[in-house]
Amino acid sequence: MENRLRVLRAERSWSQQDLAERLEVSRQSVNAIETGRYDPSLPLAFRIAELFGLTIEDVFESPSRRSSKAI
Amino acid sequence: MSGSMAWKRYNMRVIWLSLLYAIFLLGAIYAFKHQLLSGLVAYVAAILPALPIIGIFGAIGRYLVEEEDEYVRMLMVRQTLWASAIALSAATIWGFLQSFNLAGHIDAYYIAVVWFFGLGVGGCINKLTLGAPVGC
Repeated sequence: MENRLRVLRAERSWSQQDLAERLEVSRQSVNAIETGRYDPSLPLAFRIAELFGLTIEDVFESPSRRSSKAI
Repeated sequence: MSGSMAWKRYNMRVIWLSLLYAIFLLGAIYAFKHQLLSGLVAYVAAILPALPIIGIFGAIGRYLVEEEDEYVRMLMVRQTLWASAIALSAATIWGFLQSFNLAGHIDAYYIAVVWFFGLGVGGCINKLTLGAPVGC
């Protein structure tokens, strides 16, 4: 799933480790989510969005909206 | 797999269970070699080395319950699925080969050995497909 995690993190000058500590997950989790290799659960997606003061839709791009855009 | 407390607890459990396995196995080998056991006690002694191995399966299950990092937990689940698929496939193939007298007899506990080998294979597959820093 496409997301803006890298951009949001860069805006705050946070490393992946910084973000991982704030989310209480491992750095490899942050890396996997950021690169789209892993889609977080809904509770973790909420934690990520709330950490940045945004909604989930502001952080993660809906796959269905993405595919409808392609059409 | 990770430096979480759950992973550290898992490692400690596996170390203690491995130690227990070595003690039970060496004890059983010695006792049977010198014909010290008979009857029900012999059965108990023969089963004892299996218990720490079963304990390791339990430790993996416990780790999956205790690990709070969902991504890391998913990696271990994938590893165990690969291990199960490899071990069950190997056992099924060998079973048929044996039934048709095309392969010799192998002690059933080797399925567990293949399962742990499969756990390593699963770690490698995680590494190759997800780039996960998992032991392989």
